[in-house]
Amino acid sequence: MVYITRTEHFNAAHKLYNPKWTREKNEEVFGRCANENWHGHNFELHVTIKGDPDPDTGFVYDVKKLSVIINEYVIEKLDHKNLNLDVDFMAGKMCSIENLVIAIWNQLVPHLPEGVKLHCLKLRETPKIYTEYYGD
Amino acid sequence: MSEKVAVYRRENFNAAHRLHNPAWDEATNDRVFGKCNNPNYHGHNYELIVKLIGEPDPATGYVYDLKLLSDLVKENIIDRFDHKNLNEDTVEFKNLNPTAENIVVVIYKILRAKIDSKYDLKLRLYETERNFVEYPAN
Repeated sequence: MVYITRTEHFNAAHKLYNPKWTREKNEEVFGRCANENWHGHNFELHVTIKGDPDPDTGFVYDVKKLSVIINEYVIEKLDHKNLNLDVDFMAGKMCSIENLVIAIWNQLVPHLPEGVKLHCLKLRETPKIYTEYYGD
Repeated sequence: MSEKVAVYRRENFNAAHRLHNPAWDEATNDRVFGKCNNPNYHGHNYELIVKLIGEPDPATGYVYDLKLLSDLVKENIIDRFDHKNLNEDTVEFKNLNPTAENIVVVIYKILRAKIDSKYDLKLRLYETERNFVEYPAN
């Protein structure tokens, strides 16, 4: 079994804000991340799949094809967007990277060809903060 | 012989922005700025590298105390721009397109006024890992 990772990037605005709470409570919990007019990040997404290398190609799966799938179903929906306002699969959810990494997993899995097993998503928000999700 | 040494301090701020010229129609803005014109904004992790050139002080051995430089940059730049919307939340970009080029010049003017003219000041600003600007240019 081999794990192979494709890295992609997107730049987006968001805020952490729970509409059920008052502004004061949001600021207490989320601090400057609750800024009404948004802030933003350069996000980095690492998509790791697993499998045995194909005897004919030596590939677990062609990572160029994997990149095309990630770009079509994930990056194009997120890049240069407002995560709270512009992204259908984040509608109604809190825009934390924890929730975002789960949503990206759910967005990606139905579009992977049969036999391609997603192992892990790693989503980096800043040099100091990232999440990992293994689908469970 | 010159004893000048360059010292550097790196700081970060995370901000939203959009590139938009209000004097143009939407079609022109879309054509020129593409996805950067998204009306709901997008954002970046900006990285600012501040370079000071001067002679080490004989008493301290420092060109410039980097803790003091860090405090100066945080107080005047990071507190102003971090977790902000550059277009909406800052006076500097109310009427100025917040491109990396314009941002670095704005930051330079703010810092230049706070740092003794005996030091040469140069800034590098990364908007992404792959897009960055320098000011002054030489």
